[in-house]
Order: sequence, then C-alpha cells, then structure tokens
Amino acid sequence: MIKTTQWIVVTLVLCLSISVAFSQGLAPPSNVTVVDTPNDDGSSITIMWDAAAEDSGISDYQILRQIADGDLEEVGELLPAGTTTYVDSSIEKGSLYTYIVRAVSATGATVDSEQTAPVKGTGEWFHTGKAALFIVMLLFSAAIVWNIYDARSGKEIFVRRIPGLEAVDEAIGRATEMGRSILYVLGLGSIGRIATIASMTILGQVARRTADYETPLRVPCIDPIVLNVVREVVKTSYVDEGHPDAYNEEDIFYLTGSQFAYAAGVDGMMVREKPAAIFLQGSFAAESLILAETGNSIGAIQIAGTDSEHQLPFFIAACDYTLIGEELYAATAYLSKDPMFLGSLKGQDWGKVLILGMIVFGVVLESFGISWITALLQQVN
Amino acid sequence: MATLGIWIAAFLTICIYSFLYRDNPFYRFAEHLLVGMSVGYIIVLTIYFGFIPYAWTPIKNAVTGETSALGFLTLIPICMGLLFFARLSDRHAWLIRYPIAILMGISSGIMIPNALQTDIFAQIRGTLGPYSVIGTLSAFEIVGAILMVVGVVCTLTYFFFSVEHRGPIAGISKVGIAFLMIGFGSAFGNTVMGRVALLIQRVDFLINGWLGTIF
Repeated sequence: MIKTTQWIVVTLVLCLSISVAFSQGLAPPSNVTVVDTPNDDGSSITIMWDAAAEDSGISDYQILRQIADGDLEEVGELLPAGTTTYVDSSIEKGSLYTYIVRAVSATGATVDSEQTAPVKGTGEWFHTGKAALFIVMLLFSAAIVWNIYDARSGKEIFVRRIPGLEAVDEAIGRATEMGRSILYVLGLGSIGRIATIASMTILGQVARRTADYETPLRVPCIDPIVLNVVREVVKTSYVDEGHPDAYNEEDIFYLTGSQFAYAAGVDGMMVREKPAAIFLQGSFAAESLILAETGNSIGAIQIAGTDSEHQLPFFIAACDYTLIGEELYAATAYLSKDPMFLGSLKGQDWGKVLILGMIVFGVVLESFGISWITALLQQVN
Repeated sequence: MATLGIWIAAFLTICIYSFLYRDNPFYRFAEHLLVGMSVGYIIVLTIYFGFIPYAWTPIKNAVTGETSALGFLTLIPICMGLLFFARLSDRHAWLIRYPIAILMGISSGIMIPNALQTDIFAQIRGTLGPYSVIGTLSAFEIVGAILMVVGVVCTLTYFFFSVEHRGPIAGISKVGIAFLMIGFGSAFGNTVMGRVALLIQRVDFLINGWLGTIF
C-alpha cells in the first residue's frame, strides 16, 4: 500500500515538474496592440499580436478584457495557435477597455501579455475602404446627370424597341375591350428592392392608361409599406390624367406577407376574376412559375419583368412577353418618354461602355501579367 | 394528437393539389385558411418583433423617464412611422409622402452601391480572374475563359438601349441573347429538378407519412 502511494506521489511530482518547466519556457504574446476597428460603427475593437514561433509550445490563445472599474473577463472561445488578430464585437460603444492576450500550452499552463492601454470603439463617418467605390459612383452619377441635362435641353434621345413594352398598350386595350380587369403583381420585394421601385414606376405608367380607359386595375400587395407607396403612385396617375373619381383605393390591397399564401391568393384571384391582362413586374422567387402558369391557363395576356435571374426562365416559358433584367429598369423611360428618365437611361449606357472597356482592357492587361485592374476591383470590393 | 396533425396536413395538401384539376371549394377553403393564418401569424410577429421593441418600449421609456437624452432620438422615426396613418384623413393624406420619400431614399442609398459592388465589380473581377493565371490553364479552360468574355461582351451589348440595334451591334446582341437563353435553359432545368425533389418529398409524406398511419 505504501509502495503504491509512493509511486503516485512520485508520478504527480514528476508531472508537476514537467508542467512547471514547460510553462517557464512559454513566452508571453509580444507586441500586443489594440485599436478601435477602422471603418465600423464603433461596435468593435481589434486586438493584434505577433505570431509565436512554431516551437513556442503555445497551443491556444485566450483574450481577456477589462472595462473601466470592472473585473477581468474572458472574451470568446479559445483561439488556435496561428491566430494573430481578434475582433471583439461584444463591446459597449464609448466604453474604455483594456486587454490581455493569454497564451495557453497543451498542458494547460498559461502566461499573460502585459495589459494594454485603454481603447474605446468609435464610429467613423466615412468608410475609407470604399473610397474607390465612391469615386465610381460619382462618375456614374455625373454621366447620368450630364445626360439628363442634355435631354432636358431638348436633345432627342433614341431608345431602341423593347417588344415587351410595346405590348403594354395592347394588353390594356384588350382588357378594356373585353370589359375585364388588369392584375398587376409586384412580387415579393420590399420597398428596398430596386426591382420593386422600377415596378412601381411602370405601374404609374400603366395606371395612366387604365385611368384614361377606366379599366379596373387590381394590385394585391405583399408588403404594407409597398401597399401605401403603390396607392400613392396610382392615385397620382389618376389625378394627373384628370380621372380622380375613377381611382378606387379598394383595388389596391394587402393580401398577406407570406410567400406561398400570397401565391395561393393571387392564383385564386386569377381563376375567379379572370383578368384579361396580367403584369408580373418586380422581384420574384419560387412562386413565379405558379403565378405565370395560372395566368397562362386562364388565357390572359401576360407581361412579366424581373431582375431575379433564376425566375426569368419561367416567365419566358409561361408569359407572352418578358422584360429581362435591365429592360425592367429601362421601361419607365420607354413608356413615359420623360427627358429625365431618358437621360438617365443614356447615362447608364455610358456606364456600360465603361464596363465593356474595363473588361476588354483588363483581359489584354491580365494576359500580359499586368493586374492593376483586378487589384483596383479587389479594392472596390 | 400527432396523428390528427398528419391527417390535417394530408387533407390540406390534397386540397391545394386539387387546384391542378380546377378551382373548387376545397382549394378555396385551403387558400383562405393559408392566407388568413399567414396574416395572423405576421401580425403577431410584427407586434412582438417590431412594434414592442422599436415603438412601444422606447415610448414607454420616454414617458417613464428611463431613457437617456439620446434615447429620445428613437422617437423621431416613430413619429415618421405615425405619418403613415395620415392616409386615414383626406385632408392630411399628403403627409404620407414624407416617410415614403425617406424610405425610398434610404433604400436606394443602401441598394445601389451594393448592386454596383456585387452585380458589376464582382462580375468583372470574376470575368478577368482566369486571365491572371492564363499560363497555368488547360486548353479547355482557356476556351472557357474566352467564351465567358465573349458572352459577357455580347450580352452587355444587348442591354444598350440608346443605340439602334442594326448592323454589327444587332449581330453581337443576337449572340448575347443566345448566351442568355443557354443560361436560362440550364437554370430552368436545375430549378425544375429542385421542384421535383419537393414534389417527391410531399408525395412521400402522403404515401408513407399519411397512408402509413392507415395501412
């Protein structure tokens, strides 16, 4: 019994000695610097330190922080040995924090760096990493503004034929002749989607014609904010055309905010009301084929348009006309012939010339091993 | 209880599928149930995750004096939101244009730079990517890289609106349309396969999940 106890004690002492010897060799993390994370809203602090040598014995790092007058606390999980940076995103904005980087060995021995100077997170007004994007935005905007002024000065701007938009009058005329309604579906997009905004401007033009012909225009909405904007857009069109009495607010209504319930509801409307023309314009997802197929089955003339590239094939297959991607954005200029929209359209074409130039020039440069265009794009991203 | 749930789910699935034949009272029942329940669910979500944390709590804190001076700033967007109710009065309905203008301005400001980054710059970088390692590519990959540039240039040409599509531009844009249609065709096939997988899942539920409880 005594012999066994002696062995246990000797083993423990040996382990302890090895552990102490090992921990004595563990160097503390060096050059620990703490900075307010640049280009953020002030909700994080970045801690950096030098990489340890491969034979340093460090297996993990643990970050510890201390808020002014508070206790030292561990932040996050253990970081693997190769780590040299940690972003603490769990801070309170405006509070001062000090940090310690703790090196941990495989045996659990630890050694701490010196405590850093206090730092607080501060938000930046300008994201310097996006300066290149800002310059490109300015160039695009300048091209658009220049062309708008050009168009307003009376210069005629040519817009090529877009078959889907030429069919708008045909669709509205057909509905009027048949004495049936027009169904306008804006898709699933919220007010934040560019396609939804483009769709609402097309709706404004469609509403001008339905106001003139006094054709019922039904618009089921999926988003309550979009609903209010749509009501305002349609009402303005009716007032502008001199038919405020023909405007019926009840025809523009909230259906539901759920994707497939919305699809089921719109399908039900299609088969029961049998609109003569259906516009599917905006942002769509998996419900696109359900809507387009039902519209097709009731024999309505369908004009679709979306920038959701995965839904375009279904619209092309099931609708009479489809506006592909940017044709949706060009629709307002095409339908209204307003100098502002026409100028904007031409400005966008200038932007495309710039993109084409970048691609062709970039291919030539990259083929010769010069990669500054890719580097510039990398910076923009 | 679980068996009852399976029966209800199977009944509603069949009600919805009955639309494949024609519009009928069973489909109408399922449709109205789905729309009604989804509206109710969204109202509850909006109250708990929208109204209470972003409107009710800041107002309560302002009234009880629990909020700091900075906290009163949250009352500004709440007041802007309240302007949506101006629609209820014909005389003050014009006030709704202010929150709408702010919302559209903010949305455009956020979305347009994002679209530039993801839809334009990332795409150009992706198109140029293979050319930076052209020396390491196989003959097949080089053909792929050339096809990609030809496809991008031709497709982009199709989307020029202020130029008449005549002569060489018409030819180039037709090639662009061909590239688009090839892309759409493959996307169509890919998505249909995904939808068939969903159908199989539903049919599996009907056969094994529902009929399995009977036989």
